[in-house]
Amino acid sequence: MKSNSLLEVDDVYKWFPVKAGLLSRTVGQVRAVDGVTFQVRKGETLGIVGESGCGKTTLGRTVIRLTEPTKGSIIFDGQDVTHLKRGGMKNLRHRMQIVFQDPYASLDPRQTVGSALTEPMRIHHIVNSRSEARIRAGELISRVGLNPDHLARFPHEFSGGQRQRIAVARALAVDPDFIVLDEPTSSLDVSVQAQILNLLKSLQKEFNLTFLFISHNLAVVRQVCHRIAVMYLGRIVETVETETLYTTPKHPYTQALLASVPIPDPARRKELAVLEGDVPSPVNIPPGCRFRARCAYATEKCAALSPPMGQVRPGQWIECLYDIDFERGTKSDLNRAL
Amino acid sequence: MASDQPTPGEELPPSGTAAEVRYGLHLLWENHLVMAGVIMAVGSVVLALLSNFLVNPSAAGTNPNLPRLCWNNPFVNWNIQGINNCGGAVFPLGTDYYGRDLLKMIVLAIPLDLQVALEVVASAMVIGVVFGSVAAYAGGLIDELILRVTDVFFAVPGILLAIVLMTILGRTISNLTIAVLITWWPLYVRLIRSQVLSEKEKPYVEALRAMGSSRPRILFRHIVPNSIYPLLVQGTLDIGSVILTFSTLVFLGFAPSPVIPELGNLANQGIDHIATAPWLMIFPGLTILIISLGFNLLGDGLRDIFDPRLRR
Amino acid sequence: MEIQQVAKSTPVLEVKDLRVVFNTYAGVVKALDGVELTLNRREILGLVGESGCGKSVTALAIGGLLPENAKIIGGEVLLENRDLLKETKRNLRLTRLTAISFVFQDPMTYLNPVLSIGSQITEVLTSDRKVFQKELVDYRLDELHRMEQKGDLPEALRVEKDRLKAFNQSAKLPRKELNRLAKLRALDYLRTVKLPDPERVYSMYPFELSGGMRQRAMIAMALVRRPKVLLADEITTALDVTVQAQVLKLLRELKNEIDASAILITHDLGVVAEICDRVAVMYAGNIIEVAEVNELFSNPLHPYTQGLLASVPRPDTAAKELKSIAGFVPNLIFPPSGCRFHPRCPKKFDRCPAVKPPLVEVSPGHKVSCLLYGG
Repeated sequence: MKSNSLLEVDDVYKWFPVKAGLLSRTVGQVRAVDGVTFQVRKGETLGIVGESGCGKTTLGRTVIRLTEPTKGSIIFDGQDVTHLKRGGMKNLRHRMQIVFQDPYASLDPRQTVGSALTEPMRIHHIVNSRSEARIRAGELISRVGLNPDHLARFPHEFSGGQRQRIAVARALAVDPDFIVLDEPTSSLDVSVQAQILNLLKSLQKEFNLTFLFISHNLAVVRQVCHRIAVMYLGRIVETVETETLYTTPKHPYTQALLASVPIPDPARRKELAVLEGDVPSPVNIPPGCRFRARCAYATEKCAALSPPMGQVRPGQWIECLYDIDFERGTKSDLNRAL
Repeated sequence: MASDQPTPGEELPPSGTAAEVRYGLHLLWENHLVMAGVIMAVGSVVLALLSNFLVNPSAAGTNPNLPRLCWNNPFVNWNIQGINNCGGAVFPLGTDYYGRDLLKMIVLAIPLDLQVALEVVASAMVIGVVFGSVAAYAGGLIDELILRVTDVFFAVPGILLAIVLMTILGRTISNLTIAVLITWWPLYVRLIRSQVLSEKEKPYVEALRAMGSSRPRILFRHIVPNSIYPLLVQGTLDIGSVILTFSTLVFLGFAPSPVIPELGNLANQGIDHIATAPWLMIFPGLTILIISLGFNLLGDGLRDIFDPRLRR
Repeated sequence: MEIQQVAKSTPVLEVKDLRVVFNTYAGVVKALDGVELTLNRREILGLVGESGCGKSVTALAIGGLLPENAKIIGGEVLLENRDLLKETKRNLRLTRLTAISFVFQDPMTYLNPVLSIGSQITEVLTSDRKVFQKELVDYRLDELHRMEQKGDLPEALRVEKDRLKAFNQSAKLPRKELNRLAKLRALDYLRTVKLPDPERVYSMYPFELSGGMRQRAMIAMALVRRPKVLLADEITTALDVTVQAQVLKLLRELKNEIDASAILITHDLGVVAEICDRVAVMYAGNIIEVAEVNELFSNPLHPYTQGLLASVPRPDTAAKELKSIAGFVPNLIFPPSGCRFHPRCPKKFDRCPAVKPPLVEVSPGHKVSCLLYGG
């Protein structure tokens, strides 16, 4: 475990019970997050990438303790926060914030923008008086690119991009160290998205923030993340520095994912390699490697055991039994001694 | 221009509560039926407020010399044999059983009915908000408890419960009000509860939790203000229904005295004389109808205003 | 790399100077301000733009599906030289039934959840007997002929063939027969969209299918009527990227097999680059640039197009400073004068707020609406 890790997530599980029958008996579990381990260094942006149902949103909510993990531990800045109740979390709450995907629903429609920014300041005693709160709110709203006049307005008067800026300002209001960004630009237009991403990058530099950037958009993630973790069906299947992920991915799912992304350049138009089949249900996870049903390189060994995380190259970790060369289509056993 | 900033000087359209109210009125105005309802409802409230100025309350006093059950309106005539001619005096809507001018009685009766209706609805809303929101937000045992109690009250038919209560408590106007209230509040608890249940799943609530806001604060400062729209609509619709229930109870004989000017009371007097003095039942009944209908239509209009799909 | 020759024959669909306004409480929204579009046979035309630019409104206007408070105040929509805007309501409905098909973004909201997929597909074919009767019979006869050429037909099918041949088109086909033929055609199209086990899918309900399968079912539903024009509005936006790849592959295959033309509305430039032949870029109610796809990406002329392409993050290039387009999308109740893009344009000059640039052809097949290039 690195000593400059702000967040350490160790073998975290989050299961949701499936209830059925007259007496609401628990007949199964939705294994949304099924054994995830990673660290986030101070000042870096870690991307969590995956398709719908892979558990990335649940993971984001779990690490800032909006919900309690079923198993495993979460250590924030050296402190074990896994099972802290409301009282214990109170002092830490302002250090870990979240920006949600839907800018239209993440602000209280009945609350003015100014009030949305000053309320958290008062709750956490960041300021000593009402007027101080107002001044600071004005500074924050200007920093995110809006006008202090806007503080008296209501959320519905703003566009999606503007609301996301307000949400970012709100997250910054309590002076956090760590922000989870859950698909912050997915509902925004491309040009607005670019503005928001640039804003986030400059804020990170200015305030020395640490980000967990959750997204399904592989193009966006490449632009803002230092390292990326790819999730599939509740587990991380590959973690590595951003550029390496795109130039030499090592997990078959990562490779299939990258091959499916259409490139905005017709000169590079290719027959998109199509990954057949659907994602299995997180209630019924098959034994062995959970990707084997759709994997072009699977063998009988893959059905027998669930591969542990192994370092295929220095700094590149994958959950796979093999070290695959996608260009040539050959594979060799993953040397875990590396 | 920094590439993370939008253009400065960005103008937003006018806003604030004033603009919202204007927009709401605009929506109401477009719907003619609703406008008719608004006029009826507002008209009855104005009448209620001014009733003591328009009609001297002493007109409700009884006096054996007054011309009973008579009709003398120069413009309208009933086709009834042997109708009492009021000895020459003109009464636009005839007189009641005690010989008082029916029109004046109706004007004096309206404030009583409206007042009871507003008291019942307002109290039911407060009870509903307190218990419904706490039940929904707390969940678990508290929710179960409040739900079960509500169910018990739901299960008993309203009028029956009111009658039982009246018999136990005694016949006064305030007891009547309480009796109606007791049958009315469960609906509001249910209404708020279902609204809060859906609101609490919304992202802004999660954001407030992530911010570290305390639970009572989230519930009463944020969730409840967003949940009360259906309650307001239901309340307006219910004003008419409460008046109906209240007058029915009075009509059935539960008023402290048959002499008090109250719409149900007046109609009660008319029952025995329906063939000889039909106006005594018709006009008070018509008044109840107009008031209920007016508030009903107003409630519909409010629902249209608050329905997010119809906005803008 | 594929190079598509632009068909020299008459375009299937021509939109000329289309103007649409919306009457709202806040004012009159000038949503479309003279849209010009051409769709050629067997091509996929991409219609790109950001939210609020009017691309969906354009599609709805073509198909006659605009809401109550919208008004078409000018222009023509020529479908094979017939102006749809001048058609009677009844003819327009028939045209929608036989010539124009829509596929929308979210199949879950656009499919009826209580009807099986099969019944929804065949409903269209069987509801208006007169329209499809002949086509269904002919379609089946064609199919039987093709089977006959491969080998002798079994007894049952030969009997069927004779019966169908003898059928007098002016008579009414019995309902059972109509339903049967419609079902056969529906199954055929479910197969065409590569749905596994079409017979089973036919009787399944929308919620039983995955997102990708639902979208394929919607495509089958749109194609079963053999429309001339397919209007696809953000059909892959709600799908995961791997599922989107499946659907795009399907569309590419269908393009070769089916004689239909499509307008693909999207904000995703990657999707456009993958399967469109030509691209039209929209901004604030106007088409501001049209070009063949390679040309548009390699040589964008309009400053908005250039800004758009510069702000798209790419999965195949390393991180760089993302350029964004300054400013914000204008309020179309008070649109900017002259060129609607001028408040945000880095290359604007003095004439821009005064003159609205026309769409001019700068090189073969490449049109721009910008005073830098003429007008």
